[in-house]
Amino acid sequence: MSQIFTKNANTLARASLVAVVLAGGVFGWLIVAVPRSDYITRVDVPRPQPVPFSHKHHAGGMGIDCRYCHTTVETSGFANIPPTKTCMNCHSQLFTNAALLEPVRASFRNDTPLAWTRVHDLPDFVYFDHSIHVSKGVGCATCHGRVDQMPLMYKENTLQMEWCINCHRHPEEFLRPRDQVFNMQYQPPANQIELGRRLVKEYNVAGVQQITSCSTCHR
Amino acid sequence: MCVAFALVAVTACRQDMQDQPRYKPLAASDFFKDGASARPLVADTVARGQARLDSLLYTGKVDGVVVDQFPFPVTQAVLDRGQERFDIFCSPCHGPLGDGDGMVVRRGFRRPPSYHIDRLRDAPVGHFFDVMTNGFGAMQDYRAQVPVRDRWAIAAYIRALQLSQHATMADVPPAGRATLGRPASSGQESQR
Ligand code: HEC
Ligand code: HEC
Ligand code: HEC
Ligand code: HEC
Ligand code: HEC
Ligand code: HEC
Repeated sequence: MSQIFTKNANTLARASLVAVVLAGGVFGWLIVAVPRSDYITRVDVPRPQPVPFSHKHHAGGMGIDCRYCHTTVETSGFANIPPTKTCMNCHSQLFTNAALLEPVRASFRNDTPLAWTRVHDLPDFVYFDHSIHVSKGVGCATCHGRVDQMPLMYKENTLQMEWCINCHRHPEEFLRPRDQVFNMQYQPPANQIELGRRLVKEYNVAGVQQITSCSTCHR
Repeated sequence: MCVAFALVAVTACRQDMQDQPRYKPLAASDFFKDGASARPLVADTVARGQARLDSLLYTGKVDGVVVDQFPFPVTQAVLDRGQERFDIFCSPCHGPLGDGDGMVVRRGFRRPPSYHIDRLRDAPVGHFFDVMTNGFGAMQDYRAQVPVRDRWAIAAYIRALQLSQHATMADVPPAGRATLGRPASSGQESQR
């Protein structure tokens, strides 16, 4: 009977040791990196929309306040996407012949809703509420980025649990005065931590323990 | 290695918990004919406790006549609320001072009349409430976007704007008169 292991099996065995370590490393890296990659999180990727609605022109250029369209953002969990009627407040007179806006006019004529594609979509097992964040001084731009510079809507942040928790652990790093929540140009001052600590007290922000406990977001 | 790849391939494949059989607000539905999951109210439905019997509060009219009074006392808090809401919903067209020079007008929208013309200064406050509730000419209504109490707060703020644009020296407390007209004073409102 011939030998099962030839001499160079030794080399193979040694090489495979290295290979296992490497493969483990690559695998570990994949586990960590793939779910965070833009391919999975779809950060910075604009989605096709029925009408190329531009926040840059409407909120940035003309300076229309977010609440003109997202009317319930201060009072409810859902920010509201405006009905076609809101567009027609202005577009009954402006760009009335533009082919670009035909879906809006058709929607108004036929009383059928426009079907926007969701850009931010948390899994259904997560509970999120806008009103509490807005009333405790978290700015729209902190989570959604510079919306006033987006020709088409995209996601600025991953919205992954890691990202939520990062702020829930250190809210003082992100809070701003309430009257600046809708201000897109707001820059945090040099003494942010100091200001943040003061605001945490002033706005009665719940303790870290409470807002990092699982049942706050998974209820 | 095969096991490793199989593991990678298997993760996050089941979306049952991600997409549960319930609707988020405004989500589409293929169950109803109009494609919307939210059901419109049956015409003339009145929810319990929401009968709009107070015609002053809800229409700005009493017995069909436009009123010149507010349904609740106007306090500083009401005026502040009115200013905030005015800047959100009205200033795009009417401008921050109500002179009809908003950003949207500059982009070609029909120019509204200034609030500071005599006709509108003499108009009863109920008229402003009515314009917001039912629209006026080229202006669409704001019934859906602005709740009833906010509409009254805006009307109160418009009154304040009108007064501010027609203030005379006699309206300024004597102590403040000397500081007017100086550069960098905060008398912006009385200058325009
Ligand atoms: C003229 C109306 C209007 C104004 C003003 C406006 N938006 Fe929007 N917004 C929309 C419409 C319509 C959509 C849905 C289409 C889209 O996603 O682009 C939307 C979508 C969004 C979304 C993404 C929703 C999703 O699908 O996940 C965010 C976030 C958002 N707006 C934030 C803002 C912020 C912040 C402001 C204020 C700076 C603002 N919007 C001002 C009309 C408006
Ligand atoms: C307050 C007035 C106002 C409202 C409300 C409004 N628009 Fe506009 N829209 C404008 C003006 C003014 C322009 C021209 C923009 C410019 O010249 O910068 C415009 C331009 C556009 C254009 C042309 C492309 C562009 O961005 O310049 C599209 C498309 C559009 N609007 C879609 C919408 C939709 C959809 C809605 C409803 C969610 C809406 N608009 C609500 C005033 C408005
Ligand atoms: C704490 C972070 C945070 C802040 C602050 C925030 N948003 Fe959001 N926003 C989200 C998340 C997360 C979603 C996705 C919600 C979901 O999928 O249910 C979202 C969704 C939206 C949507 C889509 C409709 C909806 O409610 O699902 C709009 C519109 C929107 N945000 C506008 C705004 C505006 C305007 C502001 C500023 C007043 C704002 N957001 C502030 C995190 C935030
Ligand atoms: C930039 C900071 C920030 C980010 C990002 C953020 N939050 Fe918050 N969140 C807060 C603050 C501040 C509060 C207020 C806590 C309080 O006083 O109740 C809060 C409160 C909440 C509450 C209500 C807690 C309660 O007691 O009812 C929920 C639910 C919540 N956040 C979910 C989320 C989720 C889900 C995400 C990620 C998609 C998220 N938050 C991202 C700052 C943030
Ligand atoms: C601040 C809000 C928040 C808190 C607190 C929180 N989570 Fe989450 N969690 C989220 C969000 C948002 C997601 C969805 C992330 C995504 O879209 O991939 C999530 C996802 C998950 C998932 C699914 C992960 C996946 O890959 O699908 C698990 C499991 C989970 N959370 C467990 C927990 C546990 C255990 C705790 C308590 C220690 C906790 N969460 C506390 C916001 C929160
Ligand atoms: C999209 C632009 C636009 C917005 C936003 C707007 N208006 Fe107007 N408004 C107009 C135009 C245009 C007219 C002139 C209508 C006409 O004469 O056909 C007008 C007229 C008026 C008038 C005068 C009516 C009269 O008797 O002559 C009042 C009062 C008024 N608006 C109040 C408001 C209030 C309050 C708001 C905010 C809730 C508001 N408007 C928001 C465009 C606008």
